[in-house]
Amino acid sequence: MNFNLPSLRQQFPFFDAHPDWIYLDNAATLHKPQAVLDAMNVFYSQQNSNVHRSAHGLSQQATAAFEAARTTVAQFLNARFSHEIIWTSGTTAGFNQLVFGLMGPVLQFGDRVLISTMEHHANIVPWHIHALPFGVELDVVPMTADHRFDLAVFTELLKLKPKVVSISHISNALGHIQPIADIVRLAKAAGAIVVLDGAQGIVWEQVDVQTLDVDFYLFSGHKLYGPTGIGVLYGKTEYLELLRPLLGGGEMIKTVSFTQSSWNDLPYRLEAGTPNMAGAIGLAAAILWLQQQNLAAFQQHKKNLMQRFYEGCRQIPALELLSGPTTNAGIVALNLKNEHPADLATLLDQQKIAVRAGTHCAMPLFQAINRKGSVRFSFGCYNSFDEIDRTLTALATAVELLAE
Amino acid sequence: MIRPDIFTETATALKNIYDKQLPQLRQLKDWQSKYRVLMTLGKELPAFDSDWHRDEFLVQGCESKAWLLHYQDPVTAQHFWAFDSDARIVKGLIILILAQVNGLTAEEFAKATPELLLTELQLQQNISPSRSNGLLAVLNKIKNGVRSHC
Ligand SMILES: Cc1ncc(COP(=O)(O)O)c(C=O)c1O
Repeated sequence: MNFNLPSLRQQFPFFDAHPDWIYLDNAATLHKPQAVLDAMNVFYSQQNSNVHRSAHGLSQQATAAFEAARTTVAQFLNARFSHEIIWTSGTTAGFNQLVFGLMGPVLQFGDRVLISTMEHHANIVPWHIHALPFGVELDVVPMTADHRFDLAVFTELLKLKPKVVSISHISNALGHIQPIADIVRLAKAAGAIVVLDGAQGIVWEQVDVQTLDVDFYLFSGHKLYGPTGIGVLYGKTEYLELLRPLLGGGEMIKTVSFTQSSWNDLPYRLEAGTPNMAGAIGLAAAILWLQQQNLAAFQQHKKNLMQRFYEGCRQIPALELLSGPTTNAGIVALNLKNEHPADLATLLDQQKIAVRAGTHCAMPLFQAINRKGSVRFSFGCYNSFDEIDRTLTALATAVELLAE
Repeated sequence: MIRPDIFTETATALKNIYDKQLPQLRQLKDWQSKYRVLMTLGKELPAFDSDWHRDEFLVQGCESKAWLLHYQDPVTAQHFWAFDSDARIVKGLIILILAQVNGLTAEEFAKATPELLLTELQLQQNISPSRSNGLLAVLNKIKNGVRSHC
């Protein structure tokens, strides 16, 4: 391990407030380092003013800080231009803007969109709301027997000539890392616009949108050590230019009369209303904090925690593991055979192990494998081996209680 | 068709639980022993026909599934329930709620606070509107059932 775990943990005040809990719900949201809280505190206590609007110097300072945050994100993703970073309130909001925006300019009656069985509802329901009623058809890449993205079937489905291919970088329900380089290459060769749902991917590995050549990439600040209520829709300029704005109002216009309005340039065209200024600044602080850490060591540490957890789980034969230990971003979904995941999770909750149970906003995935759901353990850089061992003991206690 | 004796059979089972297991639960100190009892309560209920696992009886808002049947005696105005869930702990918690209110009239029900028992037994610190915990949804359905039939 190339980092000092106790001193890393000290940077997260949440753990001081809850010393007796073990937090293994990191795929739901991450805790925030002090640096993020400080940046937001400084914004509200020293910089707060509305951005882009007012003539006074205070507003100009706030605007400068806000736009610097955008540049931080652009550099983090290696985007060509800052205006390719659109602030959203999160991945979900980003998808709603994206799907709505594609309708008309890109997607029309009879066009096809390709997603996968592993998608989060955020990459399913917006298509239902904004696209399917207008005659767009949705095709779905199935999973292989070991719950992986089926590249062979994907290649076949590309022959249907989807206009858009929209796939998760990492499955939030299983932790499996999708073969995104292949997905992007094959989809682009088939002439599709490629969207990656990076909600889980962004915190796992460095994403370079130019090398990847992806057209859109979405993520949420709160899953990247940042605040809630802020997210990013990255898009290549030529595709962002096509999007129709979902939200209209202040800031996104050039001129307005009562009969018509003309829209502002990117990125403001897609950012109606007063933006989440503190959120953007908090997210940039999270990225700057992360860039000072050893990302490779974080990744290795999460792999090691997962390995330790898997070894323990293998000692409990009644467990059914839905996730595999390889090409996995530190998320383990499992069930106790013949028991409801809610029961197992409640017994873990009693022992102050924070996990998530249910269908993890991926109901179609669980329909596909005919399960009621799962209990999901997701590991973070700040978790320790001791926590894994205590979790395994708690898991054994829960399993014993349910077996009686 | 709903077999009408499901309500009388459930009422008997709930009465037994109220008399036998509830005092036992009050005695127990550690959480494991409490949950051990809680998770067996479901076995005391009469069999719930799989035919009643219908959407019309399904309580919305639960990660686990819960089905609730309600019946009001036209003569005595008492309210009765029958119930099933595919998760054992939620099922046990609902049984503890129903054991306190099954057979009450609307006036009696209005004065009851059955959820307090769960706090008292330290089985559920607070009944939160969390989606993963269907308890609140079932509780609301029980209350609404009484309100709309009084
Ligand atoms: C893969 C994936 N996509 C989308 C989302 C939605 O993110 P948010 O709820 O922050 O909008 C999540 C988070 O739950 C996720 O894990």
